[in-house]
Amino acid sequence: MASASEELWILGIHMTKFGKHPDLDTVDLASQAVSGALADGGVTMKDIGVIGAGNLMGGAMPIGQMLQKQLGQTGVPVYNVSNACATGATALRVAAMAVKAGECDMGLAFGVEKLAGAGLLAGGSRKSDSDAWTPSGRYGAVAAVDGRIGTEIMPGVFAQIGMEYGHKYGGTSFELFARISEKNHKHSTLNPLAAYTKAMTVEEIMGDVMIAYPNTRPMCSANCDGAAAAVVVSGSKLKTLSLEQQKRAVKISASVLTTDPWQEACQVLPDVNTLTRNAAAQAYEAAGVGPSDLDLVELHDCFATAELVHYDNLGLCEPGGAVDFFTSGATWRDGSTPVNVSGGLESKGHPIAATGIANVWEVATHLRGEAGDRQIEGAKVALTHVIGLGSACGVHILEKSAA
Amino acid sequence: MTVEDPFRPEVGEMMAKQIPLVDYLVLGDDPHLVANQCTSCGARYFDRRNGCAACAGTTFTKADVPTTGEVRAFTIVTFAAPGIPVPYVAAVVDCDGTSVRANLINVEPDPEHVTLGMKVRLATETIGTDQHGTEAVGFGFEPLGG
Repeated sequence: MASASEELWILGIHMTKFGKHPDLDTVDLASQAVSGALADGGVTMKDIGVIGAGNLMGGAMPIGQMLQKQLGQTGVPVYNVSNACATGATALRVAAMAVKAGECDMGLAFGVEKLAGAGLLAGGSRKSDSDAWTPSGRYGAVAAVDGRIGTEIMPGVFAQIGMEYGHKYGGTSFELFARISEKNHKHSTLNPLAAYTKAMTVEEIMGDVMIAYPNTRPMCSANCDGAAAAVVVSGSKLKTLSLEQQKRAVKISASVLTTDPWQEACQVLPDVNTLTRNAAAQAYEAAGVGPSDLDLVELHDCFATAELVHYDNLGLCEPGGAVDFFTSGATWRDGSTPVNVSGGLESKGHPIAATGIANVWEVATHLRGEAGDRQIEGAKVALTHVIGLGSACGVHILEKSAA
Repeated sequence: MTVEDPFRPEVGEMMAKQIPLVDYLVLGDDPHLVANQCTSCGARYFDRRNGCAACAGTTFTKADVPTTGEVRAFTIVTFAAPGIPVPYVAAVVDCDGTSVRANLINVEPDPEHVTLGMKVRLATETIGTDQHGTEAVGFGFEPLGG
C-alpha cells in the first residue's frame, strides 16, 4: 500500500485518434482509450483501485460506471468529475490523490468527449425579446446580454485575454497571433493522431473566417471527438512490476490543480493568468525543476491569443517577454522550449474532457522516446497545462524514468 | 405612428416609461453604472452577491462608477449565436480602477477605429420597446471627444 510520501508514476497511457468518429459513441471512445492504457501498462481492470472519469457534454450519465459496464464492473469507487476544460486533468488528479493518500496503489483516469461538428460552446442564441420587460437573474437583466454587454463566446473572451496582454506589454498584433497558430498547425503535420494535420501559411490563417478579432477560425481550438486514459501507479508498487514496465513508466513529479483567486478585473473578464502562475509555481516547487529544465511543454492554446499569455504565466519567458520569446523561435519544435509539438488544441483538436490527459500522453510519449517522427530528442522533463474557465488550472510535470 | 396599432404607445408615454437593460444601469439625466461595493474591503460587483469573493464580507453598499475610462481589452465579434447582430465590439473598460464589461458603440467596428488604450465614455442606447410601451435602455462606451 502506498504512503503519503509516495512517488507517483504513469504506468500506462493512451489516446485515441482525435477527429470525427461518427460510428463511435462516448462509451466506445472511452473504452478504446482505457483498454489502450491498461494494455500499455500491462495491467487489467482488476488491478485498478479507483477511477477518475471525465466527460462534459454527454449529459447526466455517469461515464465512469458506463465504462465499467464495458470493461469490468469491479466495484471500485468511481469519481465522475466536471471542471470545464480542466476536466481531464481533474480526473487524473483524482487518481493521483487516491494513490498518494494510500487508498490504493493503482488508479485509472480517463476523459472523453464527442464534439465533432459542435459550434460555439457558449453564448446563448437570442430569442425574441419578451412581451413585457421583466428583470431576472443576478444582473436584473430584462433581455439577453450576450452581444449587448460584451461577449460570452469563448473566441471573444480569449481574444480579449490576448489583447489585454498586448495592452499591458505591447508588441502584439493580428499577425503575431496568427504566427502562433501557424506554428501549431505546422507541428500537427507530424502527429498522426491529430484531428487536422495540414500546415497553413500565416496568410491563409489571417485570411480565413474571422470569428472574434484577432482570432480567425484556424486560431480557435478544433471541436472534435476523442478520448485519453492513464493508469497511475505508486512508486512502491512499480518496484514490484517488470523491468520493462519500470523502464517505460513516466514519473509524475508534480500534479497540481488551482482555482482563480480573487482579482479586481476577474469579475468582468476571466483571469486565466493568476491561477496558472500559481499552479506553475507550485509545480516547479514540488518537482524541484525550473522552466529552463523543460524539454517540451503542452499548454492550453484553446485560442492563439491564449498561447501567448501562457508563455509568461508558466515562466517560460521573462515577465512581459512573451512576444519576444515567441518571435525568437523558442517555441517551435526546434527551439529552446518546444510548445505544443502535438499541434495543440488548434490543430490536434480539443475534445474537452480528454485534453487534460491527452497532453500528458503527448509528453509521456516523448519522454519514453516513442514519439516517432515528431520525437523531441533526449526529452527528460516536460510540463502539461490546461485551463477550464470558471476557473480551474491543471499543471503536471513529468520526467523520464531512470530505470 | 399609426393609431391603428394598439401596441404603439403615444410619444409622451414612451418617453416616460423606460427600464434599464440591467439593474446596475441608472437612467435619467446623468446615466451611470452603480456597483455593489463590499463594505469591508471595497471590492465591487455588478451582480447580486451572497458574499464578497475577496474577503467573505456579507454587506454591500451602492457605489457610482465613473462614466469615463480606458479600453484595456477588446475583440470584434463577427461570428455569434443566431439572432445576435454582428459585428460588435466587446471590451473591458477600466473606469478609474473599476473594470467594466461592455460593448463599444458609436464607433466603426474595425481595428483601425478601435484601439487598445482609447479613451471612452458611457452612452446609452435603446434595446427595444415592449408591448406595454416600455423602452428598455442598454449601455455601451463610445469614443471620448469623437
